[in-house]
Amino acid sequence: MNMDRGKIRVLMFGWEFPPIKSGGLGTACYGITKGLAQHGVMTTFVLPHAYKQQECDFAQVEGLFDRYKEVYDHTVKVVHVNSLIRPYQNVDSYSEEVTHYHTEVVKKKKNDGMKQIYSNNLFEEVERYAQMSKMIALDGEYDLIHCHDWMTYQAGIAAKKAIHKPLIIHVHATEFDRTGGHPNQHVYDIEHYGMHEADMIMAVSEFTKGMICEHYGIAPSKVCVIHNAVENADRVFDKGQVEYRPGDKVVLFLGRVTLQKGPDYFLKAAVKVKELEPNVKFIVAGSGDMEAKLIRGAAEMGLAKDMLFTGFLQGEDVDRAFQLADVYVMPSVSEPFGITPLESLINGTPVIISKQSGVSEVLSHCLKVDFWDIDRLVNQIVAVLRHKILADEMVQNGQREVKKLTWERVGAKVKQVYNEMVA
Amino acid sequence: MGTSICFYFQVHQPFRLRQYSVFDVGKNHNYFDDVKNKAICQKVANKCYLPANKTILGLIKKHPEFKVSYSISGVALDQFEAYAPEVLETFKQLAATGNVEFLDETYYHSLAFLYSKKEFKHQVLEHRAKIQKLFGVTPQVFRNTELIFNNELAHTVEEMGYKGILAEGADRVMGWRSPNYVYRPRTTSKIKLLLKNYKLSDDVAFRFSNRLWNEYPLTTPKYTHWLASSEGQTINLFMDYETFGEHQWEDTGIFEFLRHLPVEVARHPHLSFKTPSEVIADNEPVGEMDIHNLISWADMERDLSAWLGNKMQQSALKEIYLLEEKIEKRIKAEDKKGNEYLKRSFTHLLMDWRKLQTSDHFYYMCTKWFSDGDVHKYFNPYDSPYEAFITFMNVLNDMIVRLQKK
Repeated sequence: MNMDRGKIRVLMFGWEFPPIKSGGLGTACYGITKGLAQHGVMTTFVLPHAYKQQECDFAQVEGLFDRYKEVYDHTVKVVHVNSLIRPYQNVDSYSEEVTHYHTEVVKKKKNDGMKQIYSNNLFEEVERYAQMSKMIALDGEYDLIHCHDWMTYQAGIAAKKAIHKPLIIHVHATEFDRTGGHPNQHVYDIEHYGMHEADMIMAVSEFTKGMICEHYGIAPSKVCVIHNAVENADRVFDKGQVEYRPGDKVVLFLGRVTLQKGPDYFLKAAVKVKELEPNVKFIVAGSGDMEAKLIRGAAEMGLAKDMLFTGFLQGEDVDRAFQLADVYVMPSVSEPFGITPLESLINGTPVIISKQSGVSEVLSHCLKVDFWDIDRLVNQIVAVLRHKILADEMVQNGQREVKKLTWERVGAKVKQVYNEMVA
Repeated sequence: MGTSICFYFQVHQPFRLRQYSVFDVGKNHNYFDDVKNKAICQKVANKCYLPANKTILGLIKKHPEFKVSYSISGVALDQFEAYAPEVLETFKQLAATGNVEFLDETYYHSLAFLYSKKEFKHQVLEHRAKIQKLFGVTPQVFRNTELIFNNELAHTVEEMGYKGILAEGADRVMGWRSPNYVYRPRTTSKIKLLLKNYKLSDDVAFRFSNRLWNEYPLTTPKYTHWLASSEGQTINLFMDYETFGEHQWEDTGIFEFLRHLPVEVARHPHLSFKTPSEVIADNEPVGEMDIHNLISWADMERDLSAWLGNKMQQSALKEIYLLEEKIEKRIKAEDKKGNEYLKRSFTHLLMDWRKLQTSDHFYYMCTKWFSDGDVHKYFNPYDSPYEAFITFMNVLNDMIVRLQKK
């Protein structure tokens, strides 16, 4: 195709797109790919997923780009790889999953020729994925390799060694963020190796760039900051779908219920807010390894009736949760970026975010707080609940600010880095 | 008839609030951040007020024709008394030279004129008394907070006995007219209006050290040449006193610039230095200014949007002035009952209430900070305008709790 001559061809090792298991990582991968497509970059997107999901999920993934055929035709190609790795997986959750797979899924389908393909532990599976990536890389022609977070680093390095093209590592989170400063040594080693093998590192914030330089010994000149963005679409629901009991105010936590996201600080704040504003309800939307502990904690603190746990939400339910809430709180202990506050504003809900977050670098029309400063957080929550004028002002100005944060602009920035690297 | 150069410097520091949270409401009535206010006051004293006063004292000694005027807010004077008495001392020395005029303003650097004429007059009289006490002079010229002005203000101030009033020479009220003349505000019969020449004022106040400005560097001869080639009765150079040493740091050469000014001006026989009162005494108005809508010297807009631009600001201001009558009523009631303790307690509340009116509290809530951002951030104690609103409303709620006291 003559048209495509001179276009940059990138081999991207990414993660599943929304609405499937949409975490921040998948959302960002989709946004970056879309932004790049808008600037004419040709992306081959390598996507790991478990075999069993294939029938139901893939149509949707492809469909996301098919919908904009005139823009994305020939610019984005998805390559599916059968693997059990997925974002936010850790050693334990992987073991659980692979055991489940081998005992349940394979047993049931005993006769259709399937055999045990997945590795027994996460690190072996990541390694296996890297082996497959080499073949994929050799199968096409690429100018650059771009991979996202630690489970794809080895794949990226393998591809780089196979085709001798520059490798970009995109850091959406480090092991320090995920573990609150107590990294798994093996994961850290993979990250460290990846960052040193990379020709360029993209960090989702100055906050993350700082982590990379401080904890991984990378020179600041090798790290560029590419802030994330958000899809700006009007999302409106019937009032009945987004109203709690009339008169009751709702404070929302939405995210993985893990140490990194600070749900325990949310609970501590909730107890104090309740004393000042008895008619407030608290919603915890998300799942994670701290869920049980949090539910127990809420009960012990006398919040059993007032703190509701929705479990994992996806798609429109996320928007509904935001619209139901009067204020969204993101008390993350360590948040490399944090797209959810932007989504909250789009849904018309004011936000309070931890200062230990990348998004606080691009969002000024919000309230910011140190995640550990419970009293300050309570002060802010109560004020937003009590003063509608404050909430309205934050949303109005915040929405104007969020509108400027587009993936199209992110795509332009990433492409500029690409250009410098292939030049 | 020559052209006069009329300097007026604004001196102001607010009583900034401390981080007053919802947990303090009803329990703690100390609203002000004494530590921070003291630190800022002393910092600005050392960088600006003291060296600038010294420079001007020296200039007056050497050049008896050099004259300037000041408007110092009451809350700034209070802080000098508490935190930097040497600043007050040097202002007294300046007053003693006879070359320096002191103007009146609202004691609390407030927006009272917009909400309560009664409170406005009280604050102006309180300021007048303070100036009389400290400097032994009675101000004849008035300037309102941030040069906020309209016909109605001129009328009110004339009734209070002032001979002159200052305002911004904003383009939209000047039209084809020059700010370099004395005018008479519509609806007044005696008072005279002096308008800021914002171009020549801002050349010093804002652009002096701007390397991207095509006139950089601004030398005294160059600037004096601009003054000398300006036509009119008077060139009114109105600016924050913090221009010297704080907005423009000493190493920009701002003090040197000032030090050379009298010598350079003396080369032009038609130029002279005058205080606002002298300009008013020596010149008749050349025409009438009809300024119905409020103007100010703030930002590019030169309107009130820096204090009243959003609903948080409007709401906070409305709420605070709703307390006026309630506080007064309680003081009167306790006075009648002879309950000294409660009377004192409500009088103290009244004092706090007045300090809460200082315009800076509302300025900190301004959300249009993208174009005029850096000025708004100047000594702003808050992370965001929303924090400013939250803290202010917490304090306001505590005052409401105090009002219920039995």
